[in-house]
Amino acid sequence: MTAARRRPRRNYWLSIVAIPVSIVVFLVPFAFIVLTAVKDRQQAALLDFSWPENFQVVQNFVDVVRARDYMLIIAFINSTILTVASVAIMVVLAAMVAYVWQRRKSKWNILINFLVLSGLIIPPAVVPTIWVLQKLGLFRTMPGLILVEVAFGISFAILLFRAFIATIPRELDEAAIIDGASPFRLFFRVIFPLLRSVAITVIVVQSVTVFNDFVNPLYFLPGDQNATVQLTLYNFSSQFTSQYNLLFMNILLITIPPLVMFLFFNRRIVAGMTSGAIKG
Amino acid sequence: MTTIEAQRAHHGEGTELPARRKRKRSPYPSWFYLPAALIYGVLFLVPTFASFYFSLTRWTIFDSHFIGFENFVNFFREPALVSGLTHTLVYAVVTSSLKVVLGLLLAVLLTSQIIGRGYLRSVVFFPVLVSTIGVGLTFTVLMNPERGLINESLAAIGVQGPGWLTDPSYALLSVALVDVWKGVGLATLIFIAGIVSIPQEYFEAARVDGASATASFFKIVLPLARPATVTVVILSLIGGLRSFDLIWAMTRGGPGFTSDVIASVIYKQYQAGFYGLSTAGNVILFLVVTAIILPLYWFLSRKEVEL
Repeated sequence: MTAARRRPRRNYWLSIVAIPVSIVVFLVPFAFIVLTAVKDRQQAALLDFSWPENFQVVQNFVDVVRARDYMLIIAFINSTILTVASVAIMVVLAAMVAYVWQRRKSKWNILINFLVLSGLIIPPAVVPTIWVLQKLGLFRTMPGLILVEVAFGISFAILLFRAFIATIPRELDEAAIIDGASPFRLFFRVIFPLLRSVAITVIVVQSVTVFNDFVNPLYFLPGDQNATVQLTLYNFSSQFTSQYNLLFMNILLITIPPLVMFLFFNRRIVAGMTSGAIKG
Repeated sequence: MTTIEAQRAHHGEGTELPARRKRKRSPYPSWFYLPAALIYGVLFLVPTFASFYFSLTRWTIFDSHFIGFENFVNFFREPALVSGLTHTLVYAVVTSSLKVVLGLLLAVLLTSQIIGRGYLRSVVFFPVLVSTIGVGLTFTVLMNPERGLINESLAAIGVQGPGWLTDPSYALLSVALVDVWKGVGLATLIFIAGIVSIPQEYFEAARVDGASATASFFKIVLPLARPATVTVVILSLIGGLRSFDLIWAMTRGGPGFTSDVIASVIYKQYQAGFYGLSTAGNVILFLVVTAIILPLYWFLSRKEVEL
């Protein structure tokens, strides 16, 4: 902003450079995905950046969906269940932890701080997690994977909630307590509804993360019937080596949910991902 | 004074019994921690602690046989595995330094009064949200040495492009470049948030004193955006050290083992059924991450206090 007032001329020059560069660097790869996704098989195999000779939008779409007994449909259902369930659990549990953590002064707070930061930093131990899941009878099951996503993602959610809860005045709690609200009612009837805006941020950011997650389904939910969308893409990549149009149609289809999220919740995502940047 | 504070004051001086009765009625009950603690403890803490034991065993999930440090000895004897360790460090350093430099430059550009600022911000940020596997597969095609778009464009201006992913000396760096392409948007956003929070008066004062744009960048933006820099460095180092999916989608550690990192070694050993060795890889990754992140975090945030 300041640079502008100082040297207004320079910015025209910069814009003239920046916009074409951004198109080449960031838009061309996406254009390539879209163009290849609608080409026929022979033209797609050329791997070049060209206008499709015949548009096969519908046929490629149908082919991808029907591949391997409608695996993509199953995968979309699995991914939706995984994302909705794990994010819902994460939001409620993280808000509860963040609330008590922020409100109560206790010697345990240092431990909680340590645990939350560990959750952000430490790489999860893969095979021991499988071992635990197996002991619990949850390995290769959707509930198991949902709980794993909750365990790995909850730290970030707690931090976001905690920062927001600090801005809610304690007087509100006190008023509710005087009115005779139980702790449970106080939280779920008074506080939780006030967390709406930060909850939306958490929901959007975490659902994009869980939806795009590849590693955890790969380890903890193997098997074709259980595939999530990221795994179908990975599985198809070997099967579709001669059918690039279908591979890119698949990429295009799984890019749509994050794109929709981005179009509707751009500001929320930005707010969520940059929070903590100032505080460090 | 409010009831809560009165209660808390009472807490301190009161005898054991009434204090306990008061605590029961605390409006912030401890059991709120319980469900989260249970999931986190069972599926994150227990495996993390168990990994230290299982890394010392020959292990088939069902039974384990204690063998001391043999897995670690094997890990460091096998050149392919040791190179995974160096690749991890190279990958993390390259991606995070590029993200810091490019992210900061982009953030300065995108906070200036430039035409199409909203468009540029969106376009730089969007790849962050796209599936890593999708990005990896797309760039694998774009980086195809003979027919890929990148080398074709380079050929058009008379440059012979390298075999990005097929040449052993470029494979790891090519993947790192794609990682930067995908992740620089997040770094940019964090820097933008940092720069926007700098009070305008500083820039105005600098202008009155006749400071050049470069001077105000180095004397104002750089020091005051420091918390943002710390965040970007820490986040991208953690991400870089743990990185797996992009590498797996693009090269699967190849050609040979030239782009293998610890995370892909962990997966390969797991697939091969060497669970003990795989877990030893996990422990090594844990040690590498904490040995780098903790001192760095301490160092970077200490400097901040001195400012």
